[in-house]
Amino acid sequence: MSKSAKSDKDNNSRKTEPTSRRSFLNVLWTVLGIAAAAEFIVVITRFLGRKKTGSNGTSSDNIIQAGSVESFPNNSVTANIQGRFYLVRLDDGGFIALSSKCTHLGCTVPWDDKEKRFECPCHGSSFDITGKVLTSPAPRPLDHYPVSIENNMVIVDTGSAIKREKFLKEQLVYSKKVQS
Amino acid sequence: MNKSLILHFRPNKIRQKALDFSMTFGLGGMALVLLMMLFTTGILLKFYYLPFPDRAYDSIMHLKTEVLFGSFIRNIHYWSANLLIAASFLHFLRVFFTSAFHRKRRFNWIIGLSLFIITILFNFTGYLLPWDQLSYWAVTICTGMMEYIPVIGKWIQNITAGGAEVNSSTLSIFYAAHTMLFPALIILILPFHFWRIRKAGGIALPDDCSDKADKMDVIPNLILRETVTALVLIAAVLLLSVFFNAPLGDEANPGLSPNPTKAPWYFMGLQEMLLHVHPFFAVCVIPLIILAGLILTAYSRYSDTREGIWFISPKGKATAAASFTGALVLTAFAVILDEYLIDFTALLLSLPQFISNGIIPLAAAFLAFFIFYFLFIKRFSPDKNEKVQAVFVFFLTVFIVFTVTGIWFRGTGMKLVF
Repeated sequence: MSKSAKSDKDNNSRKTEPTSRRSFLNVLWTVLGIAAAAEFIVVITRFLGRKKTGSNGTSSDNIIQAGSVESFPNNSVTANIQGRFYLVRLDDGGFIALSSKCTHLGCTVPWDDKEKRFECPCHGSSFDITGKVLTSPAPRPLDHYPVSIENNMVIVDTGSAIKREKFLKEQLVYSKKVQS
Repeated sequence: MNKSLILHFRPNKIRQKALDFSMTFGLGGMALVLLMMLFTTGILLKFYYLPFPDRAYDSIMHLKTEVLFGSFIRNIHYWSANLLIAASFLHFLRVFFTSAFHRKRRFNWIIGLSLFIITILFNFTGYLLPWDQLSYWAVTICTGMMEYIPVIGKWIQNITAGGAEVNSSTLSIFYAAHTMLFPALIILILPFHFWRIRKAGGIALPDDCSDKADKMDVIPNLILRETVTALVLIAAVLLLSVFFNAPLGDEANPGLSPNPTKAPWYFMGLQEMLLHVHPFFAVCVIPLIILAGLILTAYSRYSDTREGIWFISPKGKATAAASFTGALVLTAFAVILDEYLIDFTALLLSLPQFISNGIIPLAAAFLAFFIFYFLFIKRFSPDKNEKVQAVFVFFLTVFIVFTVTGIWFRGTGMKLVF
């Protein structure tokens, strides 16, 4: 009883001087504590955040020589196992390199040559030869990689996949001979 | 000496009713026993396992073929892990259906939910470690889901899985989480869970006073029952492990997804949902709604709590059954409808998939739910407890139907098979 009365008294005296040294130090310690916790969290998240995804190291590893232009007939799909992409040549001779990763959840999409489409085994998405979605749940067409043709060689840069909302003619790359 | 040690963990006396097996079915205790078996066998497995993509699978093969009892220890670990998910889920249902989440137990409900989430992640990180086709592609799907979390998804994916593809970083992260982080979290949080039960006065019991005067000694009454339950469970796990081997597929091949590729069974409900709605809703919106609903369940206001009574009341049983039946019929109907008759994406090609395959089917599903709920209220005029229970049962049933469909009725190309 007397104890609680005493503590009441303490509280009262504290109320009369709100900016005592004690309350200032309490605020200071709280702020410092929060700052320390924030620093700690930053250190942990930065420590865990990885820069490079995957094991593909330098950028020269990402440049893949797929083969000579003639080795890909029109209207064909050739799997490139090393680069995990499909080199597609359309009817008109245009090239596009499609990532073999399903845009839904990342499964590897096999090409069904009979049905002429890519069919994902995981959730049943399918894509046509240009990567366009034929059946959902895939939310967007297959990603593609930059293709260039130098000295009649088809070269694919698998460094970064290009995301797209739809298939456009501009995504195709032509060999100069075919165009002229 | 022994006695006083036991009485550190258990009270001296408890009510007779607390001894009834049908009050709890011993599920929480079973979860603890399974966890202990997992820690023991996990430590043993750690002596052989190598967490590198080119050696992990071989180390498991070595364990299986060269090590005496290697398969057996791995099987125990496998079966305990799967049973732990089942036991903790049933424990969660028991707590809900005996109204053991009110007042003093509210915060423990939250702790329990966190423990359940940790258990799932614990199991999931272990799933990758054998590095076979099964685990590689299941984890690919699940880490792929993270991309659909807005703003922070990529960042979470980078920290928890080391990038967009399952690779050596993923394996070392999962290994660290599975063998250090989650064990530490469980060891820290579990005692808190137990302590809150003691603070709430033991398990939730009905309020009638008939057995309050004449309490029973915990030693031997409760301890004996707990020991028997634990021994029967251990025997069952050992028998399972003798007769059924933990699955191990071919070594992981990043170039070839098996058909069909399925997530671990406890994620099949989620995977089934992914077949029906846009991933943003399946992965982000719906889980958040469920979590918020579960927290609200404990923290909203009830006038009368009816603790320790299964399904609240006889009327509670009837309303729960009605809700179960309604949800069962509606969900099965919706799954079949979506599979064979309606394709929102094809019907509404001009709209983005986010709307045609996301908002529209979800709106249809919620409309069906609200019509059901309206009819339910008109028919039964339930009180708050019964309403909350009915909504819980409804979504629980949807989840179970999805999980069952995913596990047993999805074949090649994820088509419905019977």
